[in-house]
Amino acid sequence: MNKNIINIKGLKCKIEGKEILKGIDLQINKGEIHAIMGPNGSGKSTLSSVLAGKDEYEVTSGSVDYMGEDLLELSPEERSWEGVFLAFQYPVEIPGVSNVNFLRTALNERNKHKGSDPLSAKDFLSMVKEKSTLVGLDNKLKNRAVNEGFSGGEKKRNEIFQMAMLEPTLSILDETDSGLDIDALRIVANGVNQLKSNENATLVITHYQRLLDYIVPDFVHVLYDGKIVRTGGKELALELEQKGYDWIKEELAV
Amino acid sequence: MTYTEGELKKDLENKEYEFGFVTDIESEKAPNGINEDIVRFISDKKNEPDWLLDYRLKAFKIWSNMIEPEWAHVKYEKPKFQDISYYSAPKQKKELASLDEVDPELRKTMDKLGISMEEQKRLSGVAVDFVMDSVSVATSFKEKLGELGIIFCSFSEAVQNHPELVKKYMGSVVPTTDNFYAALNAAVFSDGSFCYIPKGVTCPMELSTYFRINDSGTGQFERTLVVADKGSYVSYLEGCTAPQRDENQLHAAVVELIALDDAEIKYSTVQNWYPGDKQGKGGVFNFVTKRGLCHERSKISWTQVETGSAVTWKYPSCILKGDNAVGEFYSVAVTNNHQQADTGTKMIHIGKNTKSTIISKGISAGFSQNSYRGLVRIGKGADKARNFSQCDSLLMTDRCGAHTFPYIECENSSAQIEHEATTSKIGEDQIFYCLQRGISEEKAISLIVNGYAKEVLNKLPMEFAVEAQKLLEISLEGSVG
Repeated sequence: MNKNIINIKGLKCKIEGKEILKGIDLQINKGEIHAIMGPNGSGKSTLSSVLAGKDEYEVTSGSVDYMGEDLLELSPEERSWEGVFLAFQYPVEIPGVSNVNFLRTALNERNKHKGSDPLSAKDFLSMVKEKSTLVGLDNKLKNRAVNEGFSGGEKKRNEIFQMAMLEPTLSILDETDSGLDIDALRIVANGVNQLKSNENATLVITHYQRLLDYIVPDFVHVLYDGKIVRTGGKELALELEQKGYDWIKEELAV
Repeated sequence: MTYTEGELKKDLENKEYEFGFVTDIESEKAPNGINEDIVRFISDKKNEPDWLLDYRLKAFKIWSNMIEPEWAHVKYEKPKFQDISYYSAPKQKKELASLDEVDPELRKTMDKLGISMEEQKRLSGVAVDFVMDSVSVATSFKEKLGELGIIFCSFSEAVQNHPELVKKYMGSVVPTTDNFYAALNAAVFSDGSFCYIPKGVTCPMELSTYFRINDSGTGQFERTLVVADKGSYVSYLEGCTAPQRDENQLHAAVVELIALDDAEIKYSTVQNWYPGDKQGKGGVFNFVTKRGLCHERSKISWTQVETGSAVTWKYPSCILKGDNAVGEFYSVAVTNNHQQADTGTKMIHIGKNTKSTIISKGISAGFSQNSYRGLVRIGKGADKARNFSQCDSLLMTDRCGAHTFPYIECENSSAQIEHEATTSKIGEDQIFYCLQRGISEEKAISLIVNGYAKEVLNKLPMEFAVEAQKLLEISLEGSVG
């Protein structure tokens, strides 16, 4: 049995001619939670965008194997159908489209491409009920337009709700903690923990250690200037919290 | 949930222009060209009374001295009026005893268009009048409506059976002198729908007219007249399609609505005339005059979803003559490829405390040009009149255009007028967000556009709303760039 979900080797990418990722190596197995930390501008969000397939990034070398497939060859929607989920740092508003209609469309599109039947309205609604309870999503948000007029916390909670509905194999959380107060943070983290299983994996991208108090990672990687410069257990996050990022920069300079 | 997946899949398979078929039936056609003889020919064919022939001849004279207007923000080769046939009727036995006698080919057409009269009868309770080329072919549900005193029939029948009503109201809202195309219509109109709702009656079902241009080289000039007597209510639907042809076909209709005191008319249109091909060849010229007259405390509400036609020139308007009258205009206009639309409304406030609402949502894709043109006029006596206008434009590409031409004329200082306008380009971020959730680009655009147009789509009757949503999706296939 292959335990590997994603295997990134020597990944380099450019945007508008500027190299942002300068050779990333990262392997994530089933049941694992990985955290990527790093100062602003180190390439954290770029990595999540490249994995999700945003087309303004040009991959110049390296490979990404995802569940035995070449991830870079797949379109963004194919990646989604195969179980890659990105919780956005800035979730987008889609006026006039209700949350449930959005999700039903998403699930039906996936079922269609997987050759399975669309969900019945009844099954869909009971799934909505179950998952929204799981992530503590306010009932009224389900029928409101996607993220329209949501507070920062509500948007992030909605991302986790969508994640619960889509049941991804690899979830990438891009700065999900930014803009959250401590209560919202706890609810979001609780949702992520509930969804964890031996069959899926999570990549948490964050600037601060505090999210990792609630989502406890198996591995912590420090991304700096487009490269992973250090890997450790959860204690590495605590060390970063105490000392900041400067000591790593200094060590690297030596 | 808004639509079913199966239906959509089916539609996407025939997404080009699914109504582009031609029905092979014999038709009776007038020779090309327009002159007094043709006008007499049409009138004679319809066995019309003298007053109507006079009306036509007067209109023809007026039209002959008019110049085709050029103020609209559209460019097209003007129709050659002498090359058009002004009368074309599907040949069939006169006086049908029942729908079973309708020409089988014609029935097939209706089925393809989803107008199975029997079905309609049984399921949705929508009464349908079907107008092909110039002639009304069949009207369903007549008897049931008759019990309530509602008259719903073809215009020609109305002329024969209810001449007093036709004479009283025809041309009372859109006079023959109104504009070039209205005058042309008044001279050569061949049929259309007529509807009268008696005092205090709420029409128990949606009334619907389905227009189709079938024959080549013909123009369609229909007239619709809806009269809602005091305290009555009616909801009226209008749908249109045409075959795919290389030439431009002319459609110049006139619609007049009259809402007497305390009456309400809701008029919904889903316009899907053939828009021409991707290079802009062919397609229908849709030059239409639609106007309603509101008496005291009455209300007229126009809702339109415009996706078809090569060139659209259309301003469904309300004259708020009576005190406390209400006018509404809800519009979604989609243009793709080389389509051009110049559409909007006029709200003419004459009575006191009159209120109007304008919600216009333009969507431009491809190389198309989409203009909103609207007039809000507050007359001297329109104390405390109120208007709210909102005009939004959504651009799908960087080669299309969205234009807004709002006109406001206010002669009364107690009036309150609000105008809001936005222009936005469909967001790449929005599309990527959808893609990441597994929603393909086509579907993402459809979701975003339907969300954008929701305020208007919500105003449509149920059956129509679903059709309109699908139509938006089909019209915008592959349009982002």
